[in-house]
Amino acid sequence: MKSQQKEKESLFSPRYRKLISNPLSLENPITVQVLGICSALAVTTKLKPAFVMALSVTVVVALANVVISLLRNGIPSRIRIIVQLTVVAALVILVDQVLKAFVYDVSKQLSVFVGLIITNCILMGRLEAFAMANKPWPAFLDGIGNGLGYSWILIALGFFRELFGNGTLWGYRIIPQSFYEAGYFNNGLLILPPAALILVGTIIWIQRSRNKNLIEEY
Amino acid sequence: MSNSYIFRYAAILVVLVAVILSSAAMILKPLQDKNIAIAKMRGILEACNLHPTADDAVQMYEQFISREVVINPQGEEISIYDVKSKEFVLGTTRAFEVDLKTQLKHKSAGEDYILPLYDFVSQNDTLLVIPVHGRGLWGPIYGNIALKTDRNTIGGARFFHDKETPGLGAEIDQYWFSDQFKGKQIFDGSGKFVSVRPIKGGAGKLPESQRIHGVDAVSGGTITSNGLGTTIDHVLGSYVVYLTK
Repeated sequence: MKSQQKEKESLFSPRYRKLISNPLSLENPITVQVLGICSALAVTTKLKPAFVMALSVTVVVALANVVISLLRNGIPSRIRIIVQLTVVAALVILVDQVLKAFVYDVSKQLSVFVGLIITNCILMGRLEAFAMANKPWPAFLDGIGNGLGYSWILIALGFFRELFGNGTLWGYRIIPQSFYEAGYFNNGLLILPPAALILVGTIIWIQRSRNKNLIEEY
Repeated sequence: MSNSYIFRYAAILVVLVAVILSSAAMILKPLQDKNIAIAKMRGILEACNLHPTADDAVQMYEQFISREVVINPQGEEISIYDVKSKEFVLGTTRAFEVDLKTQLKHKSAGEDYILPLYDFVSQNDTLLVIPVHGRGLWGPIYGNIALKTDRNTIGGARFFHDKETPGLGAEIDQYWFSDQFKGKQIFDGSGKFVSVRPIKGGAGKLPESQRIHGVDAVSGGTITSNGLGTTIDHVLGSYVVYLTK
């Protein structure tokens, strides 16, 4: 009886909506679970690559979640990690090949990220923690949700790092030349990796001071 | 789950993935090769300060590149291909099809090698385009340098990379970086080859007389910048015999 009720659950029931909204704040992959930090450092010196990376991870994590969720009952648990890795790697390479054939310019932008997507801890984390135990549709939503949670942090980092580190946004000059003539300097620290950690730390700080539930008890 | 199930599962998965990936690669190969050729033409034209799109690159290439030339280590022209009439004036090798990377390898191995270059002619400009290829931090970096008719002053340059870090080393493919090369010179006053290189901390650090041989390096991209400097030095150095002829 109970399982029948579940079958009828609408595609965007509150429970499903939570799969998308939770990773944006309470279960954010970067600021709460502290996954995917490596790429958050590497690709956020500029807004554009941060955006491209965010988009690619969202697409790949959603697709991989669906594939793993479909396979979940057949995957032998002793080799599940390597199966997950194979699926992710195959998906990423496939996407890269298709882009190279049809939208070469985009693929040139992305080429750097292919390796980074495969090794992104968020992917493995979601596959292992969610897709292995859930049906394809919730797994898809979970992938989109976590992708978006990752995305907004990356884009926020990219915004601050490019604006104050380079004086540009999306490659366009924002801080006028007259500022520089008046003695303004770009902050060189911001384009180096430590700045991303400091910024992520700041976001975590703001988030935790606003939501006490996130603070661990000692 | 028995061991045999695990082995069967793994074997089937691997074969399946291999089939999917290799058939995708084979089916898409012709399209990808075409895109790569177009990208190469765009790179050459962009070094000559044009901005072709993927659609008009082939047409612009045929319009503005008058000759493809292949030279030997002694700086002699051994093959000339007329792009407009699509005929060989000399030899049988198209510079466009010469893989610079392989030739540079031959050179370092002390073997015989050939080098490609392109003649660009438009209403405003006559340029000699020299392709360069070398190593950055994570992977290959490559591009083209266009010399003016004095075969010393750079009229334009454009660089690309495969794997450099976005925002850092990857900045070498931006116009702010490559535009700095315009007007720089590769020979000094006495006619000695000195190349042009990115300078950490900015070309302004060099003594006044040297500034014409340096550009600003990329902040946070020191190894890529140095790699590019070495690449230009090494590759242009191979063309010096031809350039000074």
